[in-house]
Amino acid sequence: METITTDKNTYKLVCGMEIHAELKTKSKMFCSCKNDPFGADKPNIYTCPTCLGMPGGLPVANKKAIEWTIKVGLALGCKINLFSKFDRKNYFYPDLPKSYQISQYDLPFCYEGVVETSYGPVKITRIHLEEDTGKLQHKVVDGKKVSLIDFNRSSVPLMEIVSEPDIKSPEQAKEYAKKIRDLLRYLEVADCDMDQGGMRLEANISLAKNNANELPNFKVEVKNINSFRFAEQAIAFEMDRQAEILDEGKTPIQETRGWDSNKSITFSQRTKEDAEDYRYFPDPDLPPIQFTKKQIDEIRKDLPELADDKINRWEKEFGVEKRYSNLIFDSVEKANILESAFKQVKEANKLANLLANKKIQFVADDKQLIAKYNKMFAKDEVDQSDIIAAINTVKDENPNAVEKFKAGQKQVVGFFMGQTLRVLGKKIDTKDLSKLIMHELEK
Amino acid sequence: MNNTLTLKQTIDKLKAKELTHKQLYKDLNNCIDTQNKKLNIYLTIDKNAQKKSEELLDTPLYGVPIAVKDNFCTKGLRTTASSTVLDHFIPQYDSTVIKNLKNAGGVIHAKTNMDAWAHGSSTETSQYGRSLNPRNTDHLPGGSSGGSAAAVAADMCIAALGTETAGSIRQPSAWCGVVGLKPTYGRCSRYGVVAMASSTDSPGPITKTVEDAAILLNQIAGHDKYDGTTSTQEVPDFTKSIDKGVKGLKIGYIYKDIKGLEEITKIFEKEMKVFEELGATVEVVDAMDPKHGISIYTIVQRGEVSSNLGRFDGIRYGNDRSHFGDEAKRRIMLGVYTLSKGYADQYYNTAQKVRTLYIKNYQELFKTYDVLVAPTSPGFAKKVGVTEGAAMFGELEDLLLEASSLSGLPGISIPCYRDEKTNLFYGMNIIAPMWREDLVIQVADAYEKATNWNTWRNKQKAGE
Repeated sequence: METITTDKNTYKLVCGMEIHAELKTKSKMFCSCKNDPFGADKPNIYTCPTCLGMPGGLPVANKKAIEWTIKVGLALGCKINLFSKFDRKNYFYPDLPKSYQISQYDLPFCYEGVVETSYGPVKITRIHLEEDTGKLQHKVVDGKKVSLIDFNRSSVPLMEIVSEPDIKSPEQAKEYAKKIRDLLRYLEVADCDMDQGGMRLEANISLAKNNANELPNFKVEVKNINSFRFAEQAIAFEMDRQAEILDEGKTPIQETRGWDSNKSITFSQRTKEDAEDYRYFPDPDLPPIQFTKKQIDEIRKDLPELADDKINRWEKEFGVEKRYSNLIFDSVEKANILESAFKQVKEANKLANLLANKKIQFVADDKQLIAKYNKMFAKDEVDQSDIIAAINTVKDENPNAVEKFKAGQKQVVGFFMGQTLRVLGKKIDTKDLSKLIMHELEK
Repeated sequence: MNNTLTLKQTIDKLKAKELTHKQLYKDLNNCIDTQNKKLNIYLTIDKNAQKKSEELLDTPLYGVPIAVKDNFCTKGLRTTASSTVLDHFIPQYDSTVIKNLKNAGGVIHAKTNMDAWAHGSSTETSQYGRSLNPRNTDHLPGGSSGGSAAAVAADMCIAALGTETAGSIRQPSAWCGVVGLKPTYGRCSRYGVVAMASSTDSPGPITKTVEDAAILLNQIAGHDKYDGTTSTQEVPDFTKSIDKGVKGLKIGYIYKDIKGLEEITKIFEKEMKVFEELGATVEVVDAMDPKHGISIYTIVQRGEVSSNLGRFDGIRYGNDRSHFGDEAKRRIMLGVYTLSKGYADQYYNTAQKVRTLYIKNYQELFKTYDVLVAPTSPGFAKKVGVTEGAAMFGELEDLLLEASSLSGLPGISIPCYRDEKTNLFYGMNIIAPMWREDLVIQVADAYEKATNWNTWRNKQKAGE
């Protein structure tokens, strides 16, 4: 970005993110069809009248998906709406067979949470649940250009996490999004496969004068970003683009932009003039949902120890350094296996180090992990006479070194140790070895 | 002719082997052949119905043919909702009510004409032409389940199914002089019914007698895992309400002083004495003015319609949006308007609040009265062609039903007067608290048996 002449310090970034993640429940959000759009070997095999939007099809809400949404909300410190409902978001698109998406409008399941990042906290505005759409495929069939629709993904549960405009740098955006992904994986509610679209990022980006207290009067939405790096790049690009416009005394137009990952630029997709009115209204097919405080408390009780808490505790209990812990687990299941292994090895931090540096590959079994660890540090049973024989072999091979020792150069013991181990070809306790070597050399 | 039998009589005769399915279908098909062309009641007939019937001997409904409104999805049998948008639509699945009916040994014989998308109270919005009232062919059968009510009145079926959003079962039943039962919202599944106004749509029976309605409701009601708005509570045996009498019941007579009801009120005052003679007490009581029901219903229903019909976008089902008739277009436009940003609060959300007032008013009234009664429709069946240029026709005709429909209450319409000159009928609407279909059946059955207005119970006296 050498061409940018703006003094970046004039402006500060005002950025909030919307993150969509497909939940990995067994069945879809509003019907009993299998929820496995990426595993399906043919289009339109996981469909029924409801997710195809056939006349007479009716939605029934997936309880698990609702519970999981609340679980994520609680993990992010959100408040929970005990009374909630689903609303219809009406718009036309060929991949939306009912011509409306069932979503949540004014009463999301969760609101007001926070994600801690190393650049400061990012507040969560809301977390709501909705359904995914079908997928369009533009192909050539029998020489004709056609658009095909695959409804395997239609009505897959989709969680949307909306943040406050608290993000102050592209790096923070990246860290924030990664933390969300890590949490969803850790809670085992979503795979967040970004290549396949299982997790999608959107950033609302604007710049404000450094000394301004109010939010800017425009907002640029960059949609459908499918990697953390692209999110970082798109925000950085927008900062430069908008700064240039602001420098000219103009205001960037409020619009939706896309990210071109080949050219590394954002491009205009839709301006405010054709912004849609979604005609939200409560979906009459789905009764409102009323939770009791007790039900929410139960979900809270089932919440596993969160990753950050676990990492802190491991440091205290097992002396495992955070820099290793951060790298070695992404699910509760993995964490439990690791913890069980940490309890059983002498130096848990060493095991963590080996795992973090991939010297030991993780296996989903603590016994096997410990075996791998022990193998690395195991001492062979060696008869003392064999060691002495080895030392004498080295002595015979290196008369000069023996002379040096006799002349008082005690440091050659190190040389002898290395050579002895080489000759032995086994792992033995080196503490006793040096004594033994001295003894032999003094002879 | 066996096509004139009631559902109860048909089942009994089939069971006793006094009647064969072959003979039954022969009589029905003869009736259909001679009448359907003129009355325009059936849109699609299943030629294999008789064959299916004969395999259903050990079932509650014993293979009896049933006519169903054309907005119930029927697997393999064309379902149009009387709109040419769905001219070629053959569903791949049965709606739950149809499935229940089939499991109980009912056979879908024919699909009945209706107002297109159930928009209307006349069948005149049907894109397959209006149906005529079999009682007097200069007149309309009412709607939107006009085809089903007319099929029953014409003895073209043994019993029928309709759906009601606000009057669509009861109003045509009143106009055709038959029995129409609108169950509590959530009693019968909406799964597989082409959606009109999702928050009030209720499938229900249209039959020759009250007992028939109870028999049919027994088979179609119940919780459905495919419809989240159906109730999980157990379905009682509604036939147990037959022959129970009304002794000791308290009946509230509402809407007595509504303007325009003077003629029908005269009849009603007389008919109320029937209940008193049977040992019930009748009191005239004020209910919340039904006229607000029109506004609420219009707003709520148009909004839901605009969203529900969005799926017919021309991508699937063959015919595109140019096939929508004027009434559907009007409703979509009005619905889009009432739901748009800035207006939703003013219209849709306000309407929902007023709806709550009706619900509370009924709850209050039901503290004192077991059931409430009122005329079903303000008058007799209207003449053919009357809806032209009358966009709010249905809403005015359904004035006396909309408030109770919006409140989800069960209700039944039964014939309570026949005009000798025109052979047209008045209907009496009996409503009860939610989930108390047993009460409306009990009261309606007692009245039906104590009077001469039911043409199947009393052919001579009713002049047929």
